[in-house]
Amino acid sequence: MLLEVSNIDTYYGTSHVLQGVSLAVEEGEVVALLGRNGVGKTTTLRSIMGLTPPQSGSIKLADREICGQPAYHVARLGVGYMPDDLRIFPDLTTDENLEIARRLSKRTGYWNRERVIELFPKLGDLARARGLNLSGGEKKMLGIGRALMANPRLILLDEPSEGLAPLIVANLIEVLGKIHQQGVTILLADQNLKFCRKACHRGYIIEKGTIQHQGRMEDIWNDEAIIRKYLVV
Amino acid sequence: MLQSVVQVILAGLSTGMFIWLVASGLTLIFGVLGVLNFAHGSFYMLGAYFCFTVLKYMGANFWLGLILGPLCVCVIGFIVERFFLRYVYHIALPYQLLLTFAFVLIFDNLVKIVWGAGSISPPALAALGGSVDVLGRKFPIYNILIIVVGPLVALALWGMIEKTWWGRIIRASSSDREMASAIGVRVPALFTSVFVFGTWLGALGGGLAVPYVGIMTSGMGETIIIEAFIVAVIGGLGSLKGAFVGALVIGVLTAFGTRFFPTFDMFLTFILMAGILLWRPQGLFGVAR
Repeated sequence: MLLEVSNIDTYYGTSHVLQGVSLAVEEGEVVALLGRNGVGKTTTLRSIMGLTPPQSGSIKLADREICGQPAYHVARLGVGYMPDDLRIFPDLTTDENLEIARRLSKRTGYWNRERVIELFPKLGDLARARGLNLSGGEKKMLGIGRALMANPRLILLDEPSEGLAPLIVANLIEVLGKIHQQGVTILLADQNLKFCRKACHRGYIIEKGTIQHQGRMEDIWNDEAIIRKYLVV
Repeated sequence: MLQSVVQVILAGLSTGMFIWLVASGLTLIFGVLGVLNFAHGSFYMLGAYFCFTVLKYMGANFWLGLILGPLCVCVIGFIVERFFLRYVYHIALPYQLLLTFAFVLIFDNLVKIVWGAGSISPPALAALGGSVDVLGRKFPIYNILIIVVGPLVALALWGMIEKTWWGRIIRASSSDREMASAIGVRVPALFTSVFVFGTWLGALGGGLAVPYVGIMTSGMGETIIIEAFIVAVIGGLGSLKGAFVGALVIGVLTAFGTRFFPTFDMFLTFILMAGILLWRPQGLFGVAR
């Protein structure tokens, strides 16, 4: 198992956001974390990344305990992260945003600037543009590219399809397929069931900070009762 | 009249450059660490005292003092950040201010214990003496040197931040500390290195002030930190460009005030600050939050 989250409890102040969340991701899988707004998807990814450390439970990356480790340590162990608000460094150019992630990770592998530009040709044209001046779609490409530049074993993508037009979502599915082909394991949090069905193998459904259901994406797609109970807004 | 104006501008520029050296470290530390370091003026003061000590007791020349003095202060800066400041980053700003203010008092008293409570007159530095004729009036060569050093430091800082690897990490971390950590920046180590570098800038200002100030006292840090704070606020907190421009403006304005309106010289500085903050609350080059 590449990622094994066991029974984590995470708080924001006194608010008990994650209440015993457990999930597992095999090497080479693309797994979705589904749920409505504010149910704990982002907090789960932040907990794994070490940005909001859980108060109890265990998070193992390839059998190594990472729960409570600082984010920079988790990143250097091979976890890439794209937050929902992307957080591209505004003062850095596109190239600098990519390069900084590669150099800091101290990891080598398939992904480098050329390969990321191959995946997102638009980023090549924006090499010298500052993060501040990029559009939402461009920032999303750069957010995924920056996560890849560290040659991660696992990438955590928060709301990758959010705000994208249907045609762009189709492109994103294709891109995620190419990333997966290179052996990168993906855990993504999203609300778009249609997108997750096409992009992911398995899914977990989270509600009020607890995993309520898990299964193959195709099975979740066909289970109307589950969709109505946990996913329909 | 022209003679006086040129003299005042030159005097203002040299004063402004000292303020800039202190304000640059203050601004850098605030921009990256988010801490308003009251004790930064103390590093200026300690830079002057350490430089003076090397100069007087070790028989070394001024330039060696200027290298060794600030390095000694860097060790103090390291201890302050690593063993004290690090533990207050996550708590409210007033506590950070209280801690750094406590260091102002501690350093002032340490200086009194080590160097004595009275003022110290640095030895005359013959090698740095001399003056040039500017429109019929003498202007010290050392002050011209300071006017040159200030922009050189600004240029070096700009180059470091824009062109070096460490600068990129600083730019990334100052805009988004959490995301920087998520891509592998060892934030605690970065904070220590930036704090020590900022300390060095302040101490360098103090070292350079030794031949300039005439009299050194344990309170010399407080005067300059107030001016540096004004400069940092006018320029926009966290903006080095703003601190540089602010230091020039305040330096020249103070010199004009002292020369032509001696009763109102401090008033002019504060009225300018109030005016700029009313017009642009984020300062000249600050980003509105």
